[in-house]
Amino acid sequence: MRILRAIFGHGSGRIGGVIVGIYLLIAILGLLGLTPHNPITQYRIDRLHPPSAAYWMGTDLFGRDVASRLMAGIGQSFTVAFFSVAFAALAGTILGLAAAWLGRRWDGVVMRVMDVLLAFPAILLALLIVTVAGPGTWTSVIAIGIVYTPIFTRVVRGPALSLKAREFVDAARTFGSSSSYIVTRHLLLNLVAPLTVQVTLALAWALLTEAGLSFLGLGTQPPAASLGLMLSDSRNLMETAPWLMIFPGLTIMISILGFNLLGDALRDILDPRMRRAPA
Amino acid sequence: MNYLMRRLATFPLVLLGVSILVFVAIRLVPGDSITAMLGTEAGLLTPAQRESLAAYFGIDQPWFVQYWRWIGGILHGNFGISVTYGRPVLDVILERFPLTLELAVLSMIIALAVGMPAGIYAATHSEKPSDLGVRIVAMVGQSTPSFVLGLLIIYTLSAGFGVLPAMGEFAPLWQDPLRNLSQLILPAITLGFAFAASVTRISRSAMLDVLGDDYVRTARSKGASARSVIWRHALPNALIPVVTLSGIEFGYLLGGAVIVEQIYALPGLGRMVLDAILQRDYALVQGAVLFIAFNFMIVNLLVDLAYVALDPRIRLGEQ
Repeated sequence: MRILRAIFGHGSGRIGGVIVGIYLLIAILGLLGLTPHNPITQYRIDRLHPPSAAYWMGTDLFGRDVASRLMAGIGQSFTVAFFSVAFAALAGTILGLAAAWLGRRWDGVVMRVMDVLLAFPAILLALLIVTVAGPGTWTSVIAIGIVYTPIFTRVVRGPALSLKAREFVDAARTFGSSSSYIVTRHLLLNLVAPLTVQVTLALAWALLTEAGLSFLGLGTQPPAASLGLMLSDSRNLMETAPWLMIFPGLTIMISILGFNLLGDALRDILDPRMRRAPA
Repeated sequence: MNYLMRRLATFPLVLLGVSILVFVAIRLVPGDSITAMLGTEAGLLTPAQRESLAAYFGIDQPWFVQYWRWIGGILHGNFGISVTYGRPVLDVILERFPLTLELAVLSMIIALAVGMPAGIYAATHSEKPSDLGVRIVAMVGQSTPSFVLGLLIIYTLSAGFGVLPAMGEFAPLWQDPLRNLSQLILPAITLGFAFAASVTRISRSAMLDVLGDDYVRTARSKGASARSVIWRHALPNALIPVVTLSGIEFGYLLGGAVIVEQIYALPGLGRMVLDAILQRDYALVQGAVLFIAFNFMIVNLLVDLAYVALDPRIRLGEQ
């Protein structure tokens, strides 16, 4: 509750929070199929219809309602983004804590593997994984999840290492606390703040990467709606039907903007060292 | 020096990891490269023909033999033959690389030329309307995917001015510099926009940070002019995070900008890798990924060394 109040007391947090809230609502409606029209029904008589009362954002080449497809697409993108970030955060936290706590050889092995993953440009690694496993929604989840795991591992390992050297951890050890208790109770709890910030910003990247993959035809497969694919399909019809490009483009942009604003606000709120220089 | 040596020593290890990962991954892709190369014509091959083709590309051997040969070849400068191009992999990569390098350099020039002045301006006008304006533009810029911006630029040009970006055969810089620049300027702006936004944000916050430091206050109280405080005292220290960010971003751009190259139909490294993956061109994917990873690591190392140059207090490798 306190954190919500802090977010809404923060200029960009308020805007980001409202944007993300609206998108979440649309995503749920889209996933439940509560759209103005069926997103894959083809109203052939109304092909390439400009925005109107019946079709708020117009129709595409096959006469499908763009607004409904956007809603379904947002549902799709958010599903991929949330699951992939959950995957990366979970895997990264476990690996980062293990590396920091077990130290020595474990630390070396885990961090070298992360170096290998980080040596790939993100989209290239995602492309490779998607091609191996075949394009699709869940493949995108795994691919994006693996791509962002090293970032979470680093975010967790650094602070965990310095926490490990602090007196209260020594004290807990002296009292006979078990390793698992110290790791979850003393290390993990102190890492919640940086992790929350990272999760919010990672959601913005995940939305971007998902849109990129489906733009290249390697994400969600047709006829299911996806924002990247809608944008990619709009390229040949840009002059006759600009609404096919403008609406999906703005939709992707504003969703990323929302998470970036929220992430920035959370960083200001949760990391006192950043307060001097709100970015 | 010691640090440099230790960092360089980890290179082979990481590259070995990258090589194993990409080698295994590309072989897990369903389908084989001969069918991908010949398409429907592959059905006309006799088993003997197929075997001799496989032997020619060395893909008839067990995977560990293939891996061993590949690594052995690389150590002798031989990256293998591309199935799609029928030419040495390194030749194909080096043919595509100049475009990617040029695009990365142009984007970085745009990003620094726009982002740094904007960031410094915002920091020195902190909490005024102009600062807010810069921050809003930077935030929107950072949230605009390159493919959305690219399509918007093309649409605005074609719908508003009736012109299309210069496409067609790509002209290398040394053959036709004017045509080359006209082909690359829009892709560079597309990539440079979000990059400039990040540079703006980081320069602003780094500058604000430094301007609040005691030594800057001392300089001010000793009567140094505002200009000298910003340029001589604050800027060198504020540059450190800007260098890090630009370096990392530049390293990524050297890997090729798959989507922007796709939108503007540019024959860069990114599209080559995408096509090679889709064509199951094992040797080309492996060689290109190794090449990209190597460049990325070199750039990161240079960024670390730039730290030391900018801030003599930092001693690398001491933590």
